[in-house]
Amino acid sequence: MSYSPYLLSLLQRIGAVEGDLLEVAVDGREYSGVLMPHHEFSHPDVMILKLKNGYNVGVMVTPSADVKVVAKRESQERAPRPMGDGKGLPQVSVLGTGGTIASYVDYRTGAVHPALSAADLLSTVPEMADICDVKAEVLYSTFSENMTVENWQHLAGVAADRLNSGVEGVIVPHGTDTMGYTAAALSFMLGDIPRPVVLVGAQRSSDRPSSDAYTNLVSAARFITSSDAAEVLVLMHDSSSDVSAAVHRATKVRKMHTSRRDAFQSVNAPPVARVDFEGGIDHLAPYRRKSNVKVSPRVEMEKDVALVQFYPGMSPSMFEGILEKSRGVVIAGSGLGHVSRELIPSIRRAVEAGTMVVMTSQCLHGSVNLNVYATGRDLLSAGVVPGGDMLPETAYVKLMWVLGQTSDLEEAGRMMVTDMRGEITGRREMQ
Amino acid sequence: MSHEVTVGLEIHQQLDTRKLFCDCPSCLVEEEGASFQRRLRPTQSEMGEIDRAALAQAERKMRFRYQAPPSASCLVDADEEPPHAANAEAVELALTVAALVEASPVDEIHFMRKLVIDGSNTTGFQRTAMVAMDGFLEVNGRRISIASLCLEEDAARKVETSGSEITYRLDRLGIPLIEIATGPDMHSPDEVKEVAQRLGSIMRATRKVKRGIGTIREDINISIPGGARVEIKGVQELRMLPIYVEKEMERQRSLLSIRDILQERGVGPAAVESIDITSTFDGCTSKVISGALKSGGKVLASKLPGFAGVLRSADGRLRLGAEMAQRARTRGVKGIFHSDELPAYGIGQEYVDAVRQALGSAPGDAFVLCAADEAKARNALEAAVERANEALVGVPEETRDPQPDGSSTYSRPLPGAARMYPETDVPPIAVPAERMDRIRANLPELPEARTKRIAADYGIHEQQARQLVREGWDDVFEEIAADREMAALAARTLTSTLSELERDVDISRLDEAAFKAAFAGVSAGKFAKEAMPDVLRKMAEGKGVDDAVKELGLSAMSVDEAREIVAKVVREREAFVREKGMGAVGPLMGPVMAELRGRLDGKAANELLREELKKLLS
Repeated sequence: MSYSPYLLSLLQRIGAVEGDLLEVAVDGREYSGVLMPHHEFSHPDVMILKLKNGYNVGVMVTPSADVKVVAKRESQERAPRPMGDGKGLPQVSVLGTGGTIASYVDYRTGAVHPALSAADLLSTVPEMADICDVKAEVLYSTFSENMTVENWQHLAGVAADRLNSGVEGVIVPHGTDTMGYTAAALSFMLGDIPRPVVLVGAQRSSDRPSSDAYTNLVSAARFITSSDAAEVLVLMHDSSSDVSAAVHRATKVRKMHTSRRDAFQSVNAPPVARVDFEGGIDHLAPYRRKSNVKVSPRVEMEKDVALVQFYPGMSPSMFEGILEKSRGVVIAGSGLGHVSRELIPSIRRAVEAGTMVVMTSQCLHGSVNLNVYATGRDLLSAGVVPGGDMLPETAYVKLMWVLGQTSDLEEAGRMMVTDMRGEITGRREMQ
Repeated sequence: MSHEVTVGLEIHQQLDTRKLFCDCPSCLVEEEGASFQRRLRPTQSEMGEIDRAALAQAERKMRFRYQAPPSASCLVDADEEPPHAANAEAVELALTVAALVEASPVDEIHFMRKLVIDGSNTTGFQRTAMVAMDGFLEVNGRRISIASLCLEEDAARKVETSGSEITYRLDRLGIPLIEIATGPDMHSPDEVKEVAQRLGSIMRATRKVKRGIGTIREDINISIPGGARVEIKGVQELRMLPIYVEKEMERQRSLLSIRDILQERGVGPAAVESIDITSTFDGCTSKVISGALKSGGKVLASKLPGFAGVLRSADGRLRLGAEMAQRARTRGVKGIFHSDELPAYGIGQEYVDAVRQALGSAPGDAFVLCAADEAKARNALEAAVERANEALVGVPEETRDPQPDGSSTYSRPLPGAARMYPETDVPPIAVPAERMDRIRANLPELPEARTKRIAADYGIHEQQARQLVREGWDDVFEEIAADREMAALAARTLTSTLSELERDVDISRLDEAAFKAAFAGVSAGKFAKEAMPDVLRKMAEGKGVDDAVKELGLSAMSVDEAREIVAKVVREREAFVREKGMGAVGPLMGPVMAELRGRLDGKAANELLREELKKLLS
C-alpha cells in the first residue's frame, strides 16, 4: 500500500523526501526522526520515522498534525569501490544475475536492492582477491523466478565468450529459486567446456552477519582455482553448518527446501565434490576435467514445452489443452511414472499429432520404469518417452533444448533417453 | 545541583508466551539436541561503517556452535527459516505494560535488526521494536521517566566456552522480552533497587511474565560527575543492584584519582609497542612463563613511563592494572603481569630488574608483560597499553560484565548508534487508538490495588501484603491462602521467615512449587505450623517435604501421644497449676510446645492443654 493522497500531498507540499530529518507533532506527541520509505503493509496515513536511537516507528499523520522538515538528507557519496587487485592470480569471470546473493540492503532504509555494479557485489567479499583476479559484470538484476529462456541463452553466450577468452572459470551468482533450471540450461547449451561454470546462491542475504553468500562465493572461487573439474556446477552449503559447501552437477541438483542453507541437494547421484571452508576439496564422483577445448554454445530452445505434474482427479480436457498447445510435455507422474488411465488416450493422440511426451517421477528419487505396471506399459504403447532418473525440471529444460536442436522427432526421442550431461544415471547406489 | 551518581536502568523481562517469532514453547531445557556450527561476519553498512562494538567482537574471531533442542527450538531459531509474524499475545502484553507506565504507544510497531555478532543470536542481529515512549512511574514520591518500552527477542544461552569456540543453546533464543529503559533519573544505589522492584511488580501485574532466576535481567548505566557512562549488562539478582552501583561509583572515583595523579606527574601517553624479552626469562620458575615458553610462546613487555603506583597502589585503591588485564584478556591471553604486582607469581626481583633494564625504564616507570603465543601477546599488550593511555583522560565509556561479588569486568566498548536496520521479514503491526482504549479499559490489577485487596481479603497486615506483592510472592500466597486457615502462616512464611532464612541459607530452591508442597504438608498434618522454618531450611538444601519431616523427626504425632506429653507437663507442674487455675494455660504453652517439638500445631496443643488442666482441676 502506498501513501494516502492526503499524506502524499502533505509531504510534497513541505518538500520532504526520504532521508530528511522531520519533526512531527500529532495529538500531543512529538517525534523527531528521519523519513523512511513507506512499508507495503503500512497504513496509508502512516509515515515511518527512524528515531535518533535507531528505531523505526510508524506515526499516524492526522489532519491536525504538524509536520516540518528540520534538515535535508545528507547526500551520501558512496566511495568508489575498487575492484579486487588479485593481479597475477588466475582470472575468474563473475556474471551477476541477481537474487539474494547479489542483493544488498540499504541499511538506512532497510530496502533490499539488487547489486547495481559488479564492484558492489564483490566489495563485501574482499577475500576473493586473495584467490583470483575477479572480472565481474552484472548481466541482470532480477529475482530468479523472473529469469527467461532468453536470459539463459544470453548468459550461455557470455559465459562461452569468457571461457574462450581464457578465464579459469565462471561464477554465476544467481537467485536460488530457479538456479537448478538455469544450471541445467547452461549445461545443455554449453556442452564441452574447458573450465568450470559454477552457479552460486545464498539463502540468507548478504546484509546479515549470518549470510551464507560469503562462504559460498569464496568456496566457488577456491573450487575453480584448485579443482581440475570442468563442468557446469552448482555450489551451495553442504549442511546447516558453516563448515563445507557441496558442489552439485548442474543436471542433478534441485532446491529441496524453501529456506535452509543446504536447500540444494543432488538427487539420484552423489555431489561432485565437497569444499571444506577451512581445508581442502574432496572429489566425490567422477567428473570432466579441464581442457583447452573451445566452447561452441548451442542455445536454440523450443519454448512451447510444458512441465506438468499429474495428480489424482486431473481433468483430461485441461490436460488436453496443454498437450495441444505444446510441442513437448514433461509429465511428473506418480510413482514409477504413471498417470490415470483416462489420460492415456489424450497422450496417444498428442504423440500421434507430433508432441513429444516425456515421463519423469514426482517422487524425484529413483528412476521411472514403465515396464512394471500395466499403466506404464500402456503409456509406452501410447508413445511416451521414459525419462529415466532425470529430475522433472532437468527433463523440461532438456526437452526444450533437444527440440531446439532437431526437428526430427525420432532423433529427439533418442537424445532424450541418452545421457548427455550427466542428467541420466544408469545406477543408483545405496547411501 | 550535582548528584553523587546518575543511574539509568534497562530492565528485560521474559514473557510467559510462546516465542516471539516462531511457535516454540519458551522454556529452558536440559536436552542438547542436534548441533551445528556457524561463523558470523561484520557486515558493511550503506555508509561503509562497521559498528565499533561489532568490530571489537569480530577481532576475537569467534566461531560458534549451537545446540538445537527440538523441544524448545526450530528452524527459525537456527536461522534456517524466516521469522513468523510477531506473537500477538506478546505484543498485547507489551502494550498493556506500556499503558501501566503511562507511555505513549507508537501508531505502528516496526521490528528492527540490531547487530549483535557475539554469536548469541544465530542471525547476527537481535530483533527488537519500539512499542511505546515517554512514560513514567513514581517511586517514593519521585518521578522516574520511562524513555522507551521495546519488545524484543531473548538471546541464545551460552552453555560452554572452550578455547575460541563458544557453545550456545537455542532454547532461550526468541523468548519475548519487554525491555523498559528509564531516564537517567536515579541518584542513589537504593533508589535503583526500588525502581527495579517497582518495574518488576508492574510487569508481574500482567500475570503473564516468567518467574525465577534469569527471567528478569537488568542493565545499569552509571556515571559519576567527571566520570563516564558505563553500562553493567545482565544483572540477574535484584538484591545485587545497589552493590553494583556502589562498586562502580568507587571504580570511577578511583579512575579519576589515577587521572589526577598522572596529570600531576605530567605523564603522557605511552608508546603502543612491545619488545621481545624472552631471553631475559631463561630459567624462570614462574609457571605462567615457563608454560608459555614450553609451548613455543614468547615473553613481551611494554613500558609505561610514569605509571608506577597507579597500576596497583599499596592500599589496593588504585587498580589500573586490573583494567588493563581485562582488556588484554579480550585478545585471547590468560593474563598479563604488571610492575606494581611484581616480584610475585614466581617472578623474582632479579627478573623485574632485568625487564626494567631491557626496557630502559627510569624510576617512576611501570611495565606490563605478557607470556603467550607471540602474536596474541603483542595484541594483548597493545590493548593493555591503550587502556593505560585512556587513564590519562579519565573513565572510558564501556560495557562491563557483572561478577558475583558485586564487581564488574570489561566486556566491550559501548555500542555506537549505527546498529539497527529494518527487519523486512516481519510485517509492521498497527496500534489503532481503539486497541489502546480496549487495553486501558481492561488493565490488570496494579500493585497498590493488589496490596490493599490482599490485605483485606486475607486479613493480613498491609505491610506484609506490600512485601508479598513487591517481591512477587503474591500469586503463590493467594493460592495457599485460599485455605484461609493458612493465610497468616503463609504471609509470615513468605515475608519474615524467608528473609530470616536468606541470611544463612541459599534459598534459590525455594520456589513456588516448594512452598506449595510445604503448605500441603501442613494441611495434611504431616508437620505442625511451628516447624515451617525448619522444614523450609531442609528443603532449601534440596530435600523434599517428606524427607525434611523425617530428618527433623517431625512426623506428625497422634492425639493420644500428644495428650500423654501434655498430661505429663501438667502433672510435673501440679502445684503451679493448682495455684493459677486455668490461668496456667499461658505460662504452660511454652514448655508444652517445647516438648511437642513442632509435631503438633499450637492450636491443637492449646486445646489439649486446656483439657488436661480441666481434668486436673476438676
